[in-house]
Amino acid sequence: MSRRFTPKVVTANRLREGDVVYLTADDRWTLVHGEAELIEDEAHAQLRLLHANAQGRLIVGAYLADAKPGPNGPEPTHFREEFRTRGPSNYHHGKQADLDHV
Amino acid sequence: MYDYTDFDERFVRERVAQFSQQVERRLDGSLTEEEFRPLRLMNGLYLQLHAYMLRVAIPYGTLNAAKMRQLAMIGARWDKGYGHWTTRQNIQFNWPKLPDVPAILTALADVGMHAIQTSGNTVRNVTADHFAGAAADEIADPRAYAELLRQWSTDHPEFQFLPRKFKIAITGAVHDRAVIRAHDIGLQVVKNERGETGFRVLVGGGLGRTPLIGMVVRDFLPEADLLPYVEAVLSVYNVLGRRDNKYKARIKITLHETGKEEITRLIEERFEELRPLFGGADQALLEDIRDAFAPPAFRNAPVTAFDDFYKSDPVFRAWADTNLAAHKNDQYAIVTISVKEQGKTPGDMTSAQMELVADLAEKFGHDDIRISHEQNVILPHIHKGDLPALHAALVQGGIATANVGLISDIIACPGMDYCALATARSIPVAQEIAVRFKELDLEHEIGPLKIKISGCINACGHHHVGHIGILGLDRAGVENYQITLGGSGAEDAHIGDKTGPGFAYDQVVPAVERIVRAYLAERDGPGESFLDAFRRLGMEPFKAALYETGDAKDAA
Repeated sequence: MSRRFTPKVVTANRLREGDVVYLTADDRWTLVHGEAELIEDEAHAQLRLLHANAQGRLIVGAYLADAKPGPNGPEPTHFREEFRTRGPSNYHHGKQADLDHV
Repeated sequence: MYDYTDFDERFVRERVAQFSQQVERRLDGSLTEEEFRPLRLMNGLYLQLHAYMLRVAIPYGTLNAAKMRQLAMIGARWDKGYGHWTTRQNIQFNWPKLPDVPAILTALADVGMHAIQTSGNTVRNVTADHFAGAAADEIADPRAYAELLRQWSTDHPEFQFLPRKFKIAITGAVHDRAVIRAHDIGLQVVKNERGETGFRVLVGGGLGRTPLIGMVVRDFLPEADLLPYVEAVLSVYNVLGRRDNKYKARIKITLHETGKEEITRLIEERFEELRPLFGGADQALLEDIRDAFAPPAFRNAPVTAFDDFYKSDPVFRAWADTNLAAHKNDQYAIVTISVKEQGKTPGDMTSAQMELVADLAEKFGHDDIRISHEQNVILPHIHKGDLPALHAALVQGGIATANVGLISDIIACPGMDYCALATARSIPVAQEIAVRFKELDLEHEIGPLKIKISGCINACGHHHVGHIGILGLDRAGVENYQITLGGSGAEDAHIGDKTGPGFAYDQVVPAVERIVRAYLAERDGPGESFLDAFRRLGMEPFKAALYETGDAKDAA
């Protein structure tokens, strides 16, 4: 019996800046986790990851990360992915600062 | 300070030019990430959690003002106005953008610095006692040997694809400030009974997943045999070291799987082959290098300013008591500038502070600066008469924290705030411990105590050799911290013992506080340090303080 598939988002880092990004349903890379496409089907997840991996001029190291639905779009389920949504905890640097200006 | 020869300069410039083209080809899509990754790692460029990270080598932890200013400039221009001193005497920039990296490497080359071999399965930055050339207890300045090893290991064709990374540390003193016993090769400069200089050679130390203290393979290796012997060690390891399993690939495992006797025999056999091949060229080179590490022209002047301030200014006295170490010239002192202000990130220094350190090194410090594996900055040669003026400048710059060797002088790796390998955060744990004990105003009463924190099992934060070690793990999707006690990275090196079950993120600071309060209650007066008390008392009282709830104590 196979394990039940847990929902995923496709995430990676931007090639030039290194920022953490997520793949949206309309094929954009966004800084905002809530804008990511929440993928509930395993076969579709593999297709989306293939699509991501074909964009090596934009992003690096795409992978599937666990996520769950939330009121403002997908939310991370693991603390590592939660940290990746904002940046380090010792300074207001990284996305948490960049997104202030969005 | 060793200055690059034309050969060094050309080599570094060529590598910058090569890598600049590689970056260009990556950006225009000619190189895939799979192709580019090993190339960027060869040049010290990692991709971390939130950004790229560039790791720049500071050979044997030695800088001068010009180099320090350039690091400040790089931090200000291409990063976020700071840099992070690491436990291997490197500096890491946490926010470089890929298209800027060639310019950063060019700026480094301009001052004789680079990021080569700060990653990959090569011989990494050769580290040394940060008090080298200054310490009162030193037999000889180890940096000439470290520089010889740097030149020999840089781009060494045989050792670019070792089974795993390889770390060498060297000290010239009996008191080990360079953690040589936790390195793949540890070297201690010694004299034999005839007064000749040589090395005690240790092999197979290391922390990480399998922490081991190095074994002595030679009690006395003559000075002239250094390179052939080290090359023999590497050569034997290169053949025997396991490439099938990353976790068993370090030389410490090779040594244990092969046996000390057999591996020593193989090393000695290889050494006999290699020794005649060097033909004295290495010794001629060493003589040239030695001049670069000649002691500065020490000033002979009264030290009354120091004595006066020490008597009258309690802030200066507190700083002098913790942050100064004995210099071989008794008119001088070794100054450690703490990069551990309570509540700040251990090892992070702003570009403005780096500029200040550079200015002070020029003005008072014979243009000599060191970075310690304990993530502090050292001015190794300060005349005592200049200490009050130096201290006043440090106070102005916000880097006069008087806590060296105390509970808030914590080593912490970047942990999950930056590192892609981390399993938990370490920086905020360090910040909170330091702040808590400052609030309690206990750190001076507690005395010497080294806390070391790693955010994963790879142990960049040296937790195994902390008097109190803290290891952050991911336990079923939650940060969990394992505590060890009684470790030491000094000449009495020892791997700390686990206390028992780990602690949740918000329980680590209270746990450390219970350990420290148990020590204060049980110690044999203020003269008995935490480590000495632990060695006398053993784990039990600390375990009881950590795990027995109030109810359990009442019942007992």
